[in-house]
Amino acid sequence: MAKKINQALAREFGLSADEYQRVLDIMGRTPSLTELGVFSVMWSEHCSYKSSRVWLKTLPTKAPWVIHGPGENAGVVDIGDGMAAVFKMESHNHPSFIEPYQGAATGVGGILRDVFTMGARPVANLNALRFGDPSLPRTKRVVDGVVRGIGGYGNCVGVPTVGGEINFHPSYNGNPLVNAMTVGVLDKTRIFLSAAAGIGNPVVYVGSKTGRDGIHGATMASAEFAADSGEKRPTVQVGDPFVEKLLIEACLELMATDAIVAIQDMGAAGLTSSSVEMAGKGGVGIQLDLDAVPQRETDMTAYEMMLSESQERMLMVLRPDRQDLARAIFDKWDLDFAVIGHITDTGRIVVTHKGITEADIPLDPLAEQAPLYHRPTVETPKPASLGPVADPVGIVPALLKLIGCPDLCSRAWVTNQYDSTVGGQTVKRPGAADAAVVKLDGFNRALAITTDCTPRYVAADPEMGGMQAVAETWRNLTAVGARPLAITDNMNFGNPEKPEIMGQFAAAIRGMSKACIALDYPVVSGNVSLYNETEGKGILPTPAIGGLGVLDDAHDAIGIGLKPGMGLVLIGTIRGHLGQSLWLREIAGQEAGAPPPVDLAAERSIGDFVRGRILAGAVQACHDISDGGLLVAIAEMAMAGNTSVSLEAAPGEIAPHAWWFGEDQGCYIVSVLDPSAFIVEATVADLPTRLIGHTQASGTGGAGLKFKDGATISMQDLRAEHDRFFPEWMN
Amino acid sequence: MRAAIVVFPGINRERDMAIALERATGHKPRLVWHKETALDGIDLVVLPGGFSHGDYLRCGAMAAQAPIMAAIRTHAERGGHVMGVCNGFQILTEAGLLPGALLRNASLRFLSQDCHLRVERADTAFACHYQSGQVFRAPMAHGDGNYFADDDTLDRLEGEGLVAFRYATPEGTIDRAANLNGSARNIAGIYASNLRVLGLMPHPEDLVDPLMGGTDGKPLFDGLTQALAAA
Repeated sequence: MAKKINQALAREFGLSADEYQRVLDIMGRTPSLTELGVFSVMWSEHCSYKSSRVWLKTLPTKAPWVIHGPGENAGVVDIGDGMAAVFKMESHNHPSFIEPYQGAATGVGGILRDVFTMGARPVANLNALRFGDPSLPRTKRVVDGVVRGIGGYGNCVGVPTVGGEINFHPSYNGNPLVNAMTVGVLDKTRIFLSAAAGIGNPVVYVGSKTGRDGIHGATMASAEFAADSGEKRPTVQVGDPFVEKLLIEACLELMATDAIVAIQDMGAAGLTSSSVEMAGKGGVGIQLDLDAVPQRETDMTAYEMMLSESQERMLMVLRPDRQDLARAIFDKWDLDFAVIGHITDTGRIVVTHKGITEADIPLDPLAEQAPLYHRPTVETPKPASLGPVADPVGIVPALLKLIGCPDLCSRAWVTNQYDSTVGGQTVKRPGAADAAVVKLDGFNRALAITTDCTPRYVAADPEMGGMQAVAETWRNLTAVGARPLAITDNMNFGNPEKPEIMGQFAAAIRGMSKACIALDYPVVSGNVSLYNETEGKGILPTPAIGGLGVLDDAHDAIGIGLKPGMGLVLIGTIRGHLGQSLWLREIAGQEAGAPPPVDLAAERSIGDFVRGRILAGAVQACHDISDGGLLVAIAEMAMAGNTSVSLEAAPGEIAPHAWWFGEDQGCYIVSVLDPSAFIVEATVADLPTRLIGHTQASGTGGAGLKFKDGATISMQDLRAEHDRFFPEWMN
Repeated sequence: MRAAIVVFPGINRERDMAIALERATGHKPRLVWHKETALDGIDLVVLPGGFSHGDYLRCGAMAAQAPIMAAIRTHAERGGHVMGVCNGFQILTEAGLLPGALLRNASLRFLSQDCHLRVERADTAFACHYQSGQVFRAPMAHGDGNYFADDDTLDRLEGEGLVAFRYATPEGTIDRAANLNGSARNIAGIYASNLRVLGLMPHPEDLVDPLMGGTDGKPLFDGLTQALAAA
């Protein structure tokens, strides 16, 4: 069954005619099957970023607190007290559609390894999820599988799942998005990198045995789905969170010693990408003897072993004199430990199996001559601005419908399946605050973490949408009192060979860059997922942003839950922007108009002021205005604190529905004991404010929200609408 | 009080437990690897939460065969105190140190949310800083917390006053709505006959600091520290 190596096979492996010619030029001969496999996965979109690299390079990645930006397994930022945070978000979209449970579970496992590979103990997981139309039975199955998969893996490894987001839109019907983010912490003098060094040093394989699962997974993640994608199921990997937990503990135990020269997890393209990247980064060569690879199936070929994406495996280069010490640690944790090769000075990767050289490739050309495409772009036409839209239902019915709609309803059904408290450091659990807050064990310091993106804004205006996604994470970190430090980005787009898709990508990056620069908030890690299309239909462009901030004292963190006896003040300017709002979609039945504009200068000055007041102890609760607008935000604060609110009237110059449901950016609602003092201070700083209400204790069955005109909504009705969707849908 | 936390592979709440014990006693508990065989000089042995051996086969079944279990048994037979929380409770039932079993949650889903527990008796080392009938809050995080035993065993547990905690409403009512995982007679925790071995599903160790949302779990650790100080 020897396959003939030719252009037709190369095409099957995902290489274009051009790319195959380049392989022939580098090799000076016809490659072996294993060599062709190595080239095809290393040059896949997933591993090489060949369509996106030219744009990613334009993102700002530096700041005084950035220790490692993009290019390592994850980004690293200084968080003070000698500690650093390591974080990244990564997609597992394609596998999650084919097999939702395992796709999501291994997505969590993969991103965890990217973080503990660097020496950090993972302290928080988040996930940004997008699903199709909830009325389709298939969507329900995907949601159920993905949620069980995230919980099944994250709960078992003992890393709290503290936040994330879920959106629904028909564009994700055949292509859900599962973006998993992990944050870890370490002593900043103890960071582990992947560049191999030391000629003759042993190359060591640890973790699970290698099987035939996931072969060519990276190539699958670089292609569109056809209707027969179910047949791709064998390429989805199967996760074992128990082994991952052992691997975390064993690696961290080994990392406390001086045994490790370099370490890299085996993620996409498994042994191939880990060995090629480690040797390539170190400017050395690597010799692998596949007979020594721990195998879980019989008669595996070199091709299969090099391309397998079996989970929970790591590759390390060790100091030769510490090999026995390392082996003893992995024996203690009952994990495989095998010396499978050594570092050479040849600049080549040489792979032998059963006495035969199966691959012998020069590393420099494999990396340097990797394809790089300046794909044509077409700008998304600016959307027509939305004219006046009449209110068809009135404020109260609109609010009740909005807080119950799938995009805004309570996520408790989902988050109650994720262990959010393990570790004993969770200060703000899911739903309690605009960002999750996790304390550092042994320090007063805490991390604030959030993920955000509003794909409908990005679709309407990719540049503004990209800007908004970054600004919203910054705002959510600010709203808990944290100082935003940096982001990770997970760029989920359609087929990059279509100029309009590449145009979305380029514009989104442009918007993100502007926001990162204005907010001193660089990109330190990221991931690109392209070809998110099924049968020619692309997803809404979704640059999911994971933001990380720090609080010097965890006690300063505040949530969204209101207490009685407070004044509510709006800071920021509401003009009543209904274009691309949820009100427009859910109540008026339109997806139209331009998204709300982001004013980065105002964003910065308002955010810095709000954070200052929070850290001064002057703010009891804070919530930004986002999906659903002002009234939805107030309702969420009222429910979270079980406290009622008497609202001031809407200003006369704005239509009431535009005032209450417009999605104007850069606005926060703060709950303060002394609203006049807050307003005076903001006015001195030249920032716009408005008193919008007062809070009172909510008696049983009492009013939740009271409007100036006498209309009321009871807390019970608010909760009934808010809590209904997921349990009814799923049970 | 000298406390030890047993670390089985796959356990993940040993650090939470260590924090809670250190807060109460002022010193770090000893961490004991599951392959060790001695527990000398220990007053309280804790089996923490997590997924020992990945919950493969049955939750707690493989851990119950670990080398350390003989020492735990001996410690219990000598009247030493033992507490199993979550996976630790499952291990104690698998080891036969407590009766009954923990089945899959009635909803067939993992449950991670706060519950309320009613203290069924306060005259034990574990509950002495609570009042009998008092209700306290605790996070739960488990897929298999549905306590099951045959009716004779349940009758005996109730008759001998060995039910430690029951799932309750915040007001202290024992009803179906409060019983999120479907446990027999709302049982959340039980004692062995000598009242010195406790198993419970929820995690009082995760609620010992106002910063993390409350201190409802703290009396359990303070009580143990005081009760076992004299030991």
